[in-house]
Amino acid sequence: MDISEVRKGSKIMIEGVPYNVEEAEFMKPGKGSAIYRYKLRNLVDGSSTNKTYHSGEKFTGANVNTREGQFLYREGSNFIFMNTDTFEQYTIEETLLGDKSHFLKEGTIVTTMMLEEKPLDITLPIFVELKVTKSDIATKTDTVTAQLKSATLETGYQIDVPTFIKEGDTIKVDTRTGTYVERVVTKK
Amino acid sequence: MTDDDERQRLERLSHNLRRRAFIYQTIRDFFNQQGFLEVETPVRSSAIAPEKEIIPIQSEGWFLSTSPELFMKRLLAAGYDRIFQFSHCFRKGERGAYHNPEFSLLEWYRQGVNYEQMMLDTEQIVTATAAALGTGPNLLYRGNTIDLSLPWDRITIADAFQKLAGWDPTIDPDARRFDEDTVLKVVPNLNPHRPAFLIDYPAPMASLARLKPGNPRVAERVELFIGGLELANAYSELINQKEQEIRFREEIAQIKKEQNRVAPMPEKFIKAVANLPECAGIALGMDRLVMLFSNAARIDEVMPFTIDEA
Repeated sequence: MDISEVRKGSKIMIEGVPYNVEEAEFMKPGKGSAIYRYKLRNLVDGSSTNKTYHSGEKFTGANVNTREGQFLYREGSNFIFMNTDTFEQYTIEETLLGDKSHFLKEGTIVTTMMLEEKPLDITLPIFVELKVTKSDIATKTDTVTAQLKSATLETGYQIDVPTFIKEGDTIKVDTRTGTYVERVVTKK
Repeated sequence: MTDDDERQRLERLSHNLRRRAFIYQTIRDFFNQQGFLEVETPVRSSAIAPEKEIIPIQSEGWFLSTSPELFMKRLLAAGYDRIFQFSHCFRKGERGAYHNPEFSLLEWYRQGVNYEQMMLDTEQIVTATAAALGTGPNLLYRGNTIDLSLPWDRITIADAFQKLAGWDPTIDPDARRFDEDTVLKVVPNLNPHRPAFLIDYPAPMASLARLKPGNPRVAERVELFIGGLELANAYSELINQKEQEIRFREEIAQIKKEQNRVAPMPEKFIKAVANLPECAGIALGMDRLVMLFSNAARIDEVMPFTIDEA
């Protein structure tokens, strides 16, 4: 597409990397060529960058789309998902998921951003419920302020929880901050 | 967008739209008092001035006006000595905080003068508008107080670029670098508290202006900047028919080569240049003038329906 068709929110390829145009500024001397200043979000690694272009520049649109997927299982460093519309399976590498892998348990529904047929990133639910598989026994009790202790969740993620949480409890975790929210199920 | 959103949006613009109408009236009065004739010329024409960086919009094989300049000069060539016009102009793809593809230009021309007179006229029109609006000598625009007292600074392009961009485009007229530095280095760093006329542009960047006597590297072209807004562009008009035809032919060839765009030679205009007397003319962006007097950051605040609402 010609640069004059690029808008805020357009997704374009630059040197093989898809970017989202977050801000687009059009400047032009009356008789001169147009200058386009973009704030761009790299859709692969999430980094942000500013670039200046001139009129006449051509871009390829980035064919970025989203689909809903259910996390099925993990196989080594591969996370296997299923498209909930077509039931087709697709794989995302652990390195691409980064910290998000800490909050994926079987059955979790995520939104996957795809470039053509290649997954780029997932959006997790804001809250996930995960089981505590290991927890230290609290060393102190009867204090006024809430004490925290370390616990391990079923995904292997280490988290600080209140001292009353026991192994086998299920807790709610905020995936944006990675922190404990509340206990949802107490182990009988 | 719902009907209610549109109602609210247009209600918010009401103050600026009233101001806009008042400014038009003030400027009409100014020209009528000076003995100018208000004219209207076609919005659609068979050929427009070939300009590489101004892309026209076509309408059933005709071109929508990018500026009424060629028609205004054909009137001058026929003996109309003082004329003005408010007109809608169209330039493809121009959309931003200061741009809409359809916008309003005020153009006026005088016989027997050069670009110096255009600067004097502009000073008078802008200060008369400020007086009529009761803004006083100090205008507040986007956080800066602008002192409109006369005369305004005249700064040559050579001086402005040497100081603010570190090079002289009149010696090395690199158009791409010139355009980029104009918007990113020069205009943002002019004195924010004073209007400025940038004068004497590199000769290749003024295809309708005459060259400066004694310095053929520059053309008698001037642009007015106030508060970071490019408000007006004026020339001492080129009245040499042969030279005008050669310049247009070169521009047409470049447009074809670089953009594969067909720009026809404006034959009727070229014919009229033979009778063009010494004259000067100017185009002033009315939307931007209204922005300046409405303390508006975006052109959307001074027109009811931009291309996004049209």
